[in-house]
Amino acid sequence: MSTDVQHAEPGIFRKYFFSTDHKMIAMQYLFTGMAMALIGGFFAYVFRMQLGFPNQYVPGYGIVTPGKYNALVTMHGSIMIFWVAMPVLIAAFGNFLIPLMVGCDDMAFPRINRFSYQIFLLSAVVLLSSFLVTGGPFGGAWTAYPPLSASAAFNLTPIGATLWLLAVVLEFVAFLLGGINFTVTTMNSRAPGMKMYDIPLVVWMIVLASIIFMASVGPLVAGAVMLLFDQTMSTGFYDPTRGGDPLLWQHLFWFFGHPEVYVVLLPAMGIVADVIAVFARKKIFGYKTVLYTTWAVGFLSFVVWAHHQFVAGIDPRMANIFSVTTLLISVPITEMVFLYIATLYGGSIHLDTPLLWALAFIAEFMIGGVTGIFLGSSGTDIYLHDTYFVIAHFHYTFVPIAIIAVYAGLTFWYPKMFGRMLNETLGKIHFWGTVIPFNVIFIPLFITGTAGDQRRVYSYAQFAEQSRPALQHLRTTSTIALLVMLSFQFVFLFNFVWSLRKGKSAGANPWRSNTLEWTVPSPPPHGNFAELPTVYRGPYEYGLPGRADDFFPQNVPD
Amino acid sequence: MLERYVTAASTYAHWIDYQFLLIAVLVGFWLILAEAVMFWLIFKFRAKDGRPTQYITGEEPHQTRWITIPHLVVILCDIVIIVPAILVWYNIKQVLPPADETVRVIAQQWAWSFQQAGPDGVMDTADDIRTVGELHVKVNTTYHFELMSRDVVHSFAVPAFRLKQDALPGRTITGWFRPNRVGTYDIQCTQMCGIGHALMAGRIIVETPQAHAAWLLRNSSPGVAGQQTPPAAAMDAAMAMAEVRQ
Repeated sequence: MSTDVQHAEPGIFRKYFFSTDHKMIAMQYLFTGMAMALIGGFFAYVFRMQLGFPNQYVPGYGIVTPGKYNALVTMHGSIMIFWVAMPVLIAAFGNFLIPLMVGCDDMAFPRINRFSYQIFLLSAVVLLSSFLVTGGPFGGAWTAYPPLSASAAFNLTPIGATLWLLAVVLEFVAFLLGGINFTVTTMNSRAPGMKMYDIPLVVWMIVLASIIFMASVGPLVAGAVMLLFDQTMSTGFYDPTRGGDPLLWQHLFWFFGHPEVYVVLLPAMGIVADVIAVFARKKIFGYKTVLYTTWAVGFLSFVVWAHHQFVAGIDPRMANIFSVTTLLISVPITEMVFLYIATLYGGSIHLDTPLLWALAFIAEFMIGGVTGIFLGSSGTDIYLHDTYFVIAHFHYTFVPIAIIAVYAGLTFWYPKMFGRMLNETLGKIHFWGTVIPFNVIFIPLFITGTAGDQRRVYSYAQFAEQSRPALQHLRTTSTIALLVMLSFQFVFLFNFVWSLRKGKSAGANPWRSNTLEWTVPSPPPHGNFAELPTVYRGPYEYGLPGRADDFFPQNVPD
Repeated sequence: MLERYVTAASTYAHWIDYQFLLIAVLVGFWLILAEAVMFWLIFKFRAKDGRPTQYITGEEPHQTRWITIPHLVVILCDIVIIVPAILVWYNIKQVLPPADETVRVIAQQWAWSFQQAGPDGVMDTADDIRTVGELHVKVNTTYHFELMSRDVVHSFAVPAFRLKQDALPGRTITGWFRPNRVGTYDIQCTQMCGIGHALMAGRIIVETPQAHAAWLLRNSSPGVAGQQTPPAAAMDAAMAMAEVRQ
């Protein structure tokens, strides 16, 4: 490893495709994730067009038939969670930030790291190839409940269903490899002097997310293998006519599926914490408390899964237990959000683009959080389950996580990644052009859900109560807002590409930040640190009395 | 609150609506308060020349109480929400009040079919009434439903009743409802069940006792019900299926 540092620059192929450098792998994950986000966003555009303007020709796609609609929503959900949120939030930020922030030259296992990306890329290719096979891609929802997902006679996608399953399992393998790397690197490769409580929150949160992921994914991998056998070898694990049980899959899926929510939430919370500290020039309010609440969230996330199954046919008494644990998890999450808000108190708040994104994350995520109470309390979930209320709720959590917090992180670390500053004016146009339409998309969907609109339905023509014109107006409003939001993403793409060459040169530490990644040149060279740093204090020493500067980098001796 | 958007036509619809209102008031208060505090702090502590940042660890007792006290109130609110939530759940899903009538609800790709006792009042006899896509029930009568599925997971949902229950192949799930308003209401399938999912609609027709008795008589002679023309939904589903197979 350390001998690698002295090596000459590798050739183009080695550098861009077979690199073991954590920064290059981070870029591979980032750009793959961004490309998948474009695909997932395009699918959202197509099926929202069908809902907003039923049975019309969708420009760039065509007519949306029921089968295609199901495939589009299934792929949108799968892609946005497994191929956008996870690679960008955990793998891209984790790979880029962890070695730089804990002060080492690379990941603990660089070759495993490279292998992880290669498996991930393969999983994306497998998923997208299902668009080319007979029967088309899988359309049985991202939750893939059997028997629908287990039998081609029911789902009519004989190859697509299997490819979807293989792609998901490969993706899990990639993130297991990545998770081991993040955890081991943070635990074993920290710079001398960096104690547990000196680790920046974003690193802590990515590590905790990785641990939650690794602990929860096992049952689902086993479940997926059984489903694969049901599909391809006529076994009957989930087939009740042969002694199987379709509920088994639901438990295995949600035992992973709910912790997964926190797997993507935690890195986003970490990014937001670091951005707030830097731009409010403020020490995090109760750093240790934030960390303890994170542990509590991580633990509780394992005992809430059946709140997805209240009306699924489980023993109704079980709903009471899971309703209590679900409301219990609101306790540490509320604490965390309160701590973030309290951090603003007494700060000196600079509303640069990264902070705008971070604050928008908190403002919007709170809406997602409180609407979860309606669904977690079993009584109201009877009515709201599988309606658009659920969709609006989890998009108010996932969009802040996978879009807003990612933009906070990208605009914040872009100077470090590429050595140049993003254009601030374009950044603000992009910010408002994203956040305002985002609310206009999903607030109407809260209302249509409250009015009984069920999910995953390409047309409400068969349902008299849902065919009221007032509800259709709301759906059309939501679709138009989506078009606006999507079109503003091109502002970001332009800014991203334009600033690579034309942006103002960033220097090592443009935001006057404390953490170790800002002590090296931008972009950091191969091997990161010319001389490995020593750490003297925590990451959030802003506004320390008696100093000329309002910041105090971690590596500067007292 | 929910009734503004969807009719309430069963006895427990109001329980759920009140629970919804209770949650809306409590979380609405906290949401507005938290957002207001946040925006006020952003404004109050905006960067100004010559005003230094305060150094606050957030670990001293006089600092943490600003978090702890609101937090305890939040926990209290959680309890105020969870207790009635469980009561509502208990009374709808765990308790089975004695039935006046029983209907069998059978889900399949992509239609609802129903079986109920004919004039003899006994299920599984020759005069049973079987219908597809339409369920006729009597107002102010407690019904048990026996829910089953012939193929994949479906979900039996009647928004006007606030009723939702997944149908699982291989099991019979019993639940109840008591309609209290005459009218025709939608039945939805709310679990993804294949390409005909959006076509899996049904109607539930709540009738006065007289109208229901008349309907019962009209349909009770053996064989008649079996000849009913399938409703539009089932036809559409069959056509969609044919379209895919081509």
